[in-house]
Amino acid sequence: MVAEFGYGILAVSFLVAIYSVFAAVYGVTKQSAAWVQSARRSMLLMFPLISIAAAALIYLLVNDHYEVAFVYEVTSRSMPTYLKVTAWWGGQAGSLVFWSWLLAAFTSAVTIRKWDRDIEFLPWVIVVCSTTLIFFLGLVIFYENPFARFWNVIGNIEPHMFAPANATLFTAQDGRGLNPLLRHPGMVIHPPMLYLGFVSFVIPYAFAMAALITGRTDDRWIRLTRRWSLWAWLFLSLGLVLGGRWAYDVLGWGGYWGWDPVEIAAFMPWLTGTAFLHSVMIQEKRGLLKHWNMILVILTYDLVIFGTFLTRSGVLSSVHAFANSPIGPLFMAFVTLTFVASIALVIWRWPSLHSETEMKSMLSREALFLLNNLLFMSVLVVCFWGVIFPLMSELFTGQKVTVGPPFYERATGPLFAALMFLMGVAPLSAWGNSTIQTLGRAMWKSALAATIITVVLFFTYTQNIIALIGFFLIALVLLVTFQEFGRGALARQKTQNENFFVALSRLMGRNRRRYGGYIIHISMMLMAIGILGMEAFQIETQGTLAQGESMKIAEYKVVFDNVASWDNNAQEVNYTRATVKIYKGDQYIGELHPRKDMYFSGQPMSIPGQRSTMRDDLYVLLVDWQPISSTAATFKIFVNPLVNWLWIGSLLFFVGVIFAAWPDRDPAEEPSRATRRVSHTSAAD
Amino acid sequence: MTEETTPPKRGVSLTAQIIIWVFIAGLLALVGFGLNRARNPMAAVGDRVPDFDLVYYKGYEYNGTAQMKLSDLRGKIVVINIWASWCKPCEQEAPELEKAWQFYKDGNDVVFVGVDYVDTPAGANEYLKKFSITFPNAPDLKSNISSILNRQMGVPETYFIDREGILRNVKIGPFASPGEIQSIIQSIQ
Amino acid sequence: MKKSLYILSFVFLVSLLFAGAAFAQSSTPPTDDQVNAVAHKLYCPVCESTPLDVCPTDACKDWREQIRTMLAEGKSEAEILTYFEDQYGARVLAEPPKKGFYWLVYLLPPALILAGAVILFRSMKAWTTVKADAPNPVEATSAKKDDYVARLEEELKKQK
Repeated sequence: MVAEFGYGILAVSFLVAIYSVFAAVYGVTKQSAAWVQSARRSMLLMFPLISIAAAALIYLLVNDHYEVAFVYEVTSRSMPTYLKVTAWWGGQAGSLVFWSWLLAAFTSAVTIRKWDRDIEFLPWVIVVCSTTLIFFLGLVIFYENPFARFWNVIGNIEPHMFAPANATLFTAQDGRGLNPLLRHPGMVIHPPMLYLGFVSFVIPYAFAMAALITGRTDDRWIRLTRRWSLWAWLFLSLGLVLGGRWAYDVLGWGGYWGWDPVEIAAFMPWLTGTAFLHSVMIQEKRGLLKHWNMILVILTYDLVIFGTFLTRSGVLSSVHAFANSPIGPLFMAFVTLTFVASIALVIWRWPSLHSETEMKSMLSREALFLLNNLLFMSVLVVCFWGVIFPLMSELFTGQKVTVGPPFYERATGPLFAALMFLMGVAPLSAWGNSTIQTLGRAMWKSALAATIITVVLFFTYTQNIIALIGFFLIALVLLVTFQEFGRGALARQKTQNENFFVALSRLMGRNRRRYGGYIIHISMMLMAIGILGMEAFQIETQGTLAQGESMKIAEYKVVFDNVASWDNNAQEVNYTRATVKIYKGDQYIGELHPRKDMYFSGQPMSIPGQRSTMRDDLYVLLVDWQPISSTAATFKIFVNPLVNWLWIGSLLFFVGVIFAAWPDRDPAEEPSRATRRVSHTSAAD
Repeated sequence: MTEETTPPKRGVSLTAQIIIWVFIAGLLALVGFGLNRARNPMAAVGDRVPDFDLVYYKGYEYNGTAQMKLSDLRGKIVVINIWASWCKPCEQEAPELEKAWQFYKDGNDVVFVGVDYVDTPAGANEYLKKFSITFPNAPDLKSNISSILNRQMGVPETYFIDREGILRNVKIGPFASPGEIQSIIQSIQ
Repeated sequence: MKKSLYILSFVFLVSLLFAGAAFAQSSTPPTDDQVNAVAHKLYCPVCESTPLDVCPTDACKDWREQIRTMLAEGKSEAEILTYFEDQYGARVLAEPPKKGFYWLVYLLPPALILAGAVILFRSMKAWTTVKADAPNPVEATSAKKDDYVARLEEELKKQK
């Protein structure tokens, strides 16, 4: 009953979405505000509708309805309730519903806002959002239906939505259960974050398309979607970081990022999104780069869809890949359609997108922002090419190849270094014009201090050239950024007669986007410390130890104590847990318990024993052991220097974006909006 | 549309447009190709199997020939079994395959060829000895054979090729009995 | 006398050390770390996107044993990598070998980036030359003094 109900609701929302597109287009062509309003109302209906369908799905998941194929695939009786709920996005069909639900939530939020003087955007925003929604709902309804149930058709068990002739309902005793790798808390939040990021980028894209279609190509669409882009970017970034944390804690290979095609698929929209966040500032301040911002937002949107396509179609097989599914060609068609249509629109509107002013200096802030964009696009080119090249190779040579970490590290390393350098220079340059002299005068103190720090590090910490360059850049950016905070506050202190801290907080409050951005820069540098530590200083060793034997790595000593193995039948898993004692020098500092979980389904999982400090992480993996005597075991041990800074940096990053994106009560905006409304009510109909 | 009052400006030149669209089309074609391969991983039943080299393991040659092409076996029914020593289901079917081979080997009309996928010589040797395999066996050099037949989807898989070199049947997963193998071969004859 | 004895014993010790080193090279089994160092550069097709040294499958265990055997035979890392490439195809290497068609993977990104840089530089040049015709009087003066406070205030004002 519930399954049919849920499916029925999805079908209704599909129809409503189609109606909203037609109503919006009809409303525009007939100049009828009533039709546009109708489209808007049907758009607002989407969220409650899909919420009901989602509730039906959750009901089925939580209550062990194993006659439903999706429930059978992702849950089992032994799973706790919260995991049964989160299993919603643990499988293909459910995650598509989840996508649609998020998209419906965002489009509702965006349609609910006051449109006033932007009313001409409204129908087109509805068209773009609804079309995306129609696509996802269509996939769910026609191809990947989470409500399909098992039917016994003359001895064969087949999933169908509606009862085939002469079939009886088949209910499995128990489900297969969620892939144990996905039961980690990081994996429970990682997909929703990523999806939130993906979905919220649909909104800026929709406004960009609306701007192109209506020809209102000033920066209004950018101002309207500025916060959306920031939130989208925040979620996407958090999704990436959580994915990394999950890999570090669960995948058991000592790292957080493996340049896996699936990771890159999520990283590519982040790159264009980050470039977009920077380049919109140029358009807002200087009226430059209108074409470019359009292209960036289109790229971001289509890379989101393309990334989803890559990971779900089996085009690039990869550890994460969902099983081959019929939706591949449909995704391909949708990417093609939206990309071609968007690019065609940009070409059509090209003449009206020309810059309002000119560039004044090659060192001005806008010029440096352009350089920043070039670098982000370069990283994108490297990533895209690396992901796509195995396909090229297979097509032209018949041989598959791997494009792995060494390729990406070598290619992107210098680009990231250049980006860091820009991060150190750009905040000091002025909009409009800057010269070598002004920049040099602003920078020399920080540059000198960074050099001193690097020299000190050279004598005390490392002689590794790449690491030293990295540390120099990190120090430079941090110093320049702090200097910016300090200079701003001092200037304000002087002119406003405020105490330094009051001045600082007022300054930051007045210009939250800028100082939020600086906080983000600082957080990026903290993350860079962690990444640099891992890239330059990670060491590892492996060995087999008898009981009581020890192994040394860096200043640590690891002593094998014992290993025990037992079954947990309720969770359908066999645990093998080793105990090792850790010494730093000769001082005992604790025990670690690396674990190997072998699920009865055959899925292995290595949970490392970790001891985390600001200086380094000791990361012990149980590789192998003698099952009967338990007297010897093989361990793989990593020392991951500075990696904690990566996680600390991501926390600060979160703070920075929230600071920049938090909606403010801007008293200056309300009255002006009211006056605008007056002038626009006549134009609206 | 009030903004349209700005003076008309230059659009995108035709050459640039052509370059952009050709580029996009090429990219899409490439991804489409990948998608097509992903969706049809197996060589299609009814198609001619592309030719490939077989370089046999020592002691597992075909009638004393150490190296040959698949096409050299034209005129015979060829049963290609893809296996690996680390693959548990392969161990299940290994004795059945050998039994079936014993049935056919004197007729000189059906050839069994084992193709060892992603395996080490030491592991392969041990496996072949353990199951007393006697039919010809070759490593899957450069993973070439498996990429032609199954795009490296899994082991074991068995491909039945008729006398004209046409793929007639594919079995994914292990055989349960020699009879199962025989009945497929019979259906080809 | 005493000194020469000292030197002699030192020479003896050193020669012992060298003998020990030679011995280690020929017959002590390679350590896990030596095996992993090679394995880290290989990707086994059975577990995609995971380097061989951390892949837990049986197939990969066999591969690591193969590396161990070859190291024990005195093969160099390069020889082992070549062997694996010949045996299992180019896909086992962490990145495509630098030959023939595969050069494309290395050459295209720098070419595109360079093209991007040239386009960007030229358009920036074009924008700035337009400006050069009409010199901005503000520019000349503002560069001299520390205009930071003024600039900041101006920017704060621009924030709507």
